[in-house]
Amino acid sequence: MLRSGVIAKKLGMTRLFMEDGRQIPVTVLQLDGLQVVAQRTADKDGYTAIQLGAGSAKAKRVSAPMRGHFAAAKVEPKRKLAEFRVDPENLVAVGEEITADHYFEGQFVDVSGTSTGKGFAGAMKRHNFGGLRASHGVSISHRSHGSTGQCQDPGRVFKGKKMAGHLGSVRVTTQNLQVVRTDADRGLIMVKGAVPGTKGGWVTIKDAVKKPFPENAVLPAALKSAAAAAAPATEAPAEDAPAEGGEA
Amino acid sequence: MDLIAQIEAEQIAALGKTIPDFKAGDTIRVGFKVTEGSRSRVQMYEGVCISRKNGKGIAGSFTVRKISFGEGVERVFPLYSTNIDSIEVVRRGRVRRAKLYYLRDRRGKSARIAEKTNYRAASDSAEA
Repeated sequence: MLRSGVIAKKLGMTRLFMEDGRQIPVTVLQLDGLQVVAQRTADKDGYTAIQLGAGSAKAKRVSAPMRGHFAAAKVEPKRKLAEFRVDPENLVAVGEEITADHYFEGQFVDVSGTSTGKGFAGAMKRHNFGGLRASHGVSISHRSHGSTGQCQDPGRVFKGKKMAGHLGSVRVTTQNLQVVRTDADRGLIMVKGAVPGTKGGWVTIKDAVKKPFPENAVLPAALKSAAAAAAPATEAPAEDAPAEGGEA
Repeated sequence: MDLIAQIEAEQIAALGKTIPDFKAGDTIRVGFKVTEGSRSRVQMYEGVCISRKNGKGIAGSFTVRKISFGEGVERVFPLYSTNIDSIEVVRRGRVRRAKLYYLRDRRGKSARIAEKTNYRAASDSAEA
């Protein structure tokens, strides 16, 4: 069972005090105008996925081809686009808006983002090397990596040797973070623990791949149109979750 | 106000705690909820507040030091912890530091703190 993820903006971290005395460190993630911009179907593209857009971009700062792409979907220009592979039955119509109750409290998710850039970092910071001694004749090289190999044989440094270099600014996924609280009105998702990236950075949230697919997950997605339709009629939107939910 | 500050302010309002005005040097009594098996009770912990950190925000905390059976004990409490039943100011101390870590090196007479006789409640800190 593969359903869509969401694009969210990392707002920062705070803590929640629970009734039973626990305090939980949480990262606050915000869904900002999250809409389906395009669909990928097996007939046309060879796979099924939906393309989501989040944030808002000034129309004059969006390239003409992208303006056309957004116009075709009849959505405002988006700041960030991402594709999510979904099962064919979980495709969502173009233009639909996804809300924060896409995830329920207690669910496990994987969050991917671009980690904070650290620039050129030494071996101690980058690879957790121990460095050299503070005394006993060591001079100037207290934070160096030490030896990089043997002698004339092999006469070279092996590939993949951990050395100083650029650290951070790479795509990182943190797995199995628990959703602590969601707020559909403001589009907030609070997950326990830290999430890669800086404040204001974009991250993608998906159902955890290393946990069984949750049975009470909203399928195909928590949509604003569905919530609006359900609100006047009844409070329970009656999710008809397919029986073969434990496939993942 | 950014959204994080807004969430924190909402949470402080929702917790509905009244924190008395106290600072480092004051002797305070903290009622801390202890759960033993199924029943819970309130345990009193009284000592000198030697530090307050991170202000009055949701991340705020304070350290209380006391001498228990001849051994110095320090406990750090989160200001808004739901485990705290009550905070009560027993005595106002007159000190010239924000952090009284020097008390750790002292025993007996030299570890005393003079009482503040001219205490006046700050107008804005009655709530918070």
